[in-house]
Amino acid sequence: MTEPVPSRLGAIPSRAQPYGQGSSANLADILERVLDKGIVIAGDIQINLLDIELLTIKLRLVVASVDKAKEMGIDWWEHDPSLSSRAGGSRSLAEENRRLRAEIEALRETVALPPAEEEPAEPVDPPATPARRPKPRTSASGTSASGTATPRTSASRTSTARTSTPRTSPHRTSSRREPR
Amino acid sequence: MPPTLSYAYAVARDTPALSRVVPDLRGVGGAPVRLVRAEGCEDMVAAVSPVPSADFAEDALRNHLEDLDWLESVARAHHAVVEALAAGATVLPLRLATVYLDDEGVRAGLRTERQTFSDRLSQLASHVEWGVKIYVEPPEQQDAPAAEPGPDLSPGRAYLRRRGQQRHSREDVYQAAGRAAERVEAAAGALAAGRARHRVQRGQLAEAPGENVANDAYLVPLEHSDLFRAEVLRAAEGLTGVRVEVTGPWAPYSFAAPPEPAPPREEGP
Repeated sequence: MTEPVPSRLGAIPSRAQPYGQGSSANLADILERVLDKGIVIAGDIQINLLDIELLTIKLRLVVASVDKAKEMGIDWWEHDPSLSSRAGGSRSLAEENRRLRAEIEALRETVALPPAEEEPAEPVDPPATPARRPKPRTSASGTSASGTATPRTSASRTSTARTSTPRTSPHRTSSRREPR
Repeated sequence: MPPTLSYAYAVARDTPALSRVVPDLRGVGGAPVRLVRAEGCEDMVAAVSPVPSADFAEDALRNHLEDLDWLESVARAHHAVVEALAAGATVLPLRLATVYLDDEGVRAGLRTERQTFSDRLSQLASHVEWGVKIYVEPPEQQDAPAAEPGPDLSPGRAYLRRRGQQRHSREDVYQAAGRAAERVEAAAGALAAGRARHRVQRGQLAEAPGENVANDAYLVPLEHSDLFRAEVLRAAEGLTGVRVEVTGPWAPYSFAAPPEPAPPREEGP
């Protein structure tokens, strides 16, 4: 797959494909580089870079959403400090809390204890149903810890992208040439 | 001939090798790529090709960018030019769709940014970019048959036990991913001159199986390039449920922009 990198100084056949990616490179890998990275200078044709940032977000998230992943419960690693520098210690506590609540809820229903709050008691369903109901998760999402955990969600990614845009060329936009 | 605009792909050091690469190079829409030089910027060139005004004027471009097929063709063409140039010289890839009214506009851009370009080109000389992605593959499917409830268990307890088993195996996998990330970072950091984080890949475009939990790019001196790839792959060996994918070498896309002046931060990076 990857060929050795030729010397930059050596003679290079004009149509050589010296880099490892070539035309088969993964589109997502290419797009994240050509849209998100690369140096930004103001051309004569002004495209609002926010549009491009938002586009990448659409490509990444709307098509198969993070929410679905979260629903499937595959987001909790984001709160693991060993995996995510954004995770704070309080988050794992909140996560633990959320899990315990979910288990209590499931237990409560399977042993037919009265519900904790206004939640109507459910008949004992096939066991998968109670804990998969969104109740524990939605209640946990009201905590402040979950609130700070949102940077990975689509909504706040949007804001991340927005705020990150000026950083690429804060002063450069002013140097743009006026179209003649 | 329909009116055209000048699409700029990259700024590069002006080398003889570059001049050999360019005559055969085709860019967006199959148009020939040429090198534009500016007075006062003798050591650098911009690689440019003509594109139809009908497609790249502002409104048209904005609409096109929402069209994934169109975007893919332009992105691949852009990337192909950047890669070909990178084989002949140090390049600074420009962001997709950097478009000028004509070559004079490109020259003005070169002159305006001359110092920035020159500094970055010096920094990136003889470096390549490698992409390193870490995936986890949660063993969810294999749990189903193992979840035979004991005869003494109520359905509720059996359910909880099953959930517990699933969670533990998932935790194991993510812990393995955490160890993989540490080892990969250590191995990569020892050889790399820089690191950039990309968003993790999800959605339809994330073709690879598993869940992408880390997506980094490393700037690696050319002389360590092969070693870098080997060491990173080796660092992740023996961890089950974790896959490390190394892509590259790329032109230094992720390091083309000058580093941000480090502002005081409330939060860690």
